[in-house]
Amino acid sequence: MQAEPLIEADGLAVGYGSAAAISGVGFSLRPGERMALLGPNGGGKTTLLRALLGELTPMLGELRVSVRCATVPQTERSRLDYPVSALDVAAMGALSRLPWWRRPGRRDREVAMEALRLVDLSDLAGETYGKLSGGQRQRVLIARGLVQDAKVLLLDEPFASLDRPSSERLEALIRSLAAEGRSIVIATHDLEQARRWDSVLCINRSQIAAGSPADVLDVGVLEATYGGAIVELPGPGGRAILPPHHHH
Amino acid sequence: MFEPFQDEFLRRAIVEMTLIAVTGGALGCWVVLYRLSYAAESLAHSIFPGLVLAAIAGVPLLLGGAPAILLAALAIAAVSRVPGVSREAAVGVVVTTMFGLGTLLALSPSSPPGLQGILFGDILGPSDGDLVAAAALAVVVAIGLTLVHARLLTGGFDRAAARSLGASPGIAEAVLMTLLAAAIVVAVQGLGNLLVVAVFVGPAAAARQLTERIAPMIGLAIAIAVLAGLVGLYLSYYAGTAGGASIALAIVAAYLLSLPLGGLLRGPRSSEAATSEATIV
Repeated sequence: MQAEPLIEADGLAVGYGSAAAISGVGFSLRPGERMALLGPNGGGKTTLLRALLGELTPMLGELRVSVRCATVPQTERSRLDYPVSALDVAAMGALSRLPWWRRPGRRDREVAMEALRLVDLSDLAGETYGKLSGGQRQRVLIARGLVQDAKVLLLDEPFASLDRPSSERLEALIRSLAAEGRSIVIATHDLEQARRWDSVLCINRSQIAAGSPADVLDVGVLEATYGGAIVELPGPGGRAILPPHHHH
Repeated sequence: MFEPFQDEFLRRAIVEMTLIAVTGGALGCWVVLYRLSYAAESLAHSIFPGLVLAAIAGVPLLLGGAPAILLAALAIAAVSRVPGVSREAAVGVVVTTMFGLGTLLALSPSSPPGLQGILFGDILGPSDGDLVAAAALAVVVAIGLTLVHARLLTGGFDRAAARSLGASPGIAEAVLMTLLAAAIVVAVQGLGNLLVVAVFVGPAAAARQLTERIAPMIGLAIAIAVLAGLVGLYLSYYAGTAGGASIALAIVAAYLLSLPLGGLLRGPRSSEAATSEATIV
């Protein structure tokens, strides 16, 4: 894990207009690293993801992104009543390589098909996107990111509306993508899951902590991240700490 | 069945209507997918004063419609910048103002007869200029939509992610609105200020019921628009009904027919999808 970082932030502040939505953010993301991004709703997670995509420019500090990042938004944000197949959606990832008047051609659709195969959806390539389950749609959007040839995937609460089998399947996919050297940033509310990733970044309007889950995830950091509004539950083998809007 | 084709007026009407139908069917798919039906109807109504002024001046309606639609678009952009005014409210304010202005002009003593033609269209009397304008428009719309197709499809699917996908949704939408405005200005002469929106919404909405993919949707929308145009003109020829209104009714009938037909088509497909989903997850 000592390869050059793909993303480096130092004293970063980003926002809209003249107001910073997040400040004091400093972290680095290396190839193959899975980083959980923890924070309350409105705490600046989406703002940070937008900055990594280049949609917002830093107001203060530094942000170096040396590779292409792809967004995997919550699937409810895309149109489910839209006349496109899973393959059509995956092929949208080819647009950034094409001149503005071109549409994805046969070669691009082959690449998209290969990406769907990687996320184990090749047999549903011709299915209408809106008819897929939440987990399947999430994997189609990941395939779209792979077609973009993104080295960093930014997942915005990918587990929010998934049932357990779909969650486990997605987690396995994230593990295998990381093993291939892709880095994954996962905005999440699931602390148990965050403990299994390589690193954690906690933000609540400003950075609370960053580092390995074992070093970072203690009660003090979580209280600061979630504004003290956390509940403690007895769990198997100790305590589990859940933010109140877990699984919204 | 071919008797109407012997009639020079009707032959020209069929050509005019077919050209408008091709334009309206194809553009209409994006109007429906981008939920722009209200905007399309508003644009059509807002050019009313321009059309009346052109009629008073005795110049082609196109020369009044084009500046009016530009003025309406600029006014909507300006009003929606007022704090607390939503885009929808801005459209409502501008359109009623423009339509009211048009009505004042139309009912003034200096106004020539022919208000009915502006409101309800004159599909049976296209001039050579109207036919050329409709043909040119069909070509421009076909080229324009082909060029921005992938961008429109991506932007309509997920506008927030479109930019990071390199789809520049703003440019594609600007092209769409420009083509729509031009199409309305041209088509309004045939179908009238009050009925023109039918050809931009009905055929595409019907096609959407019948297919789950964009390419067949565009093909079907064009086919439905052309067919409804022919049915309307035949109805008008044999039953002596008003041309524009007959076409609008035929389009509505096509939409109503598409509802049960779409349900039949979707029925077996939905259960098949559910089965494959259950085995995969």
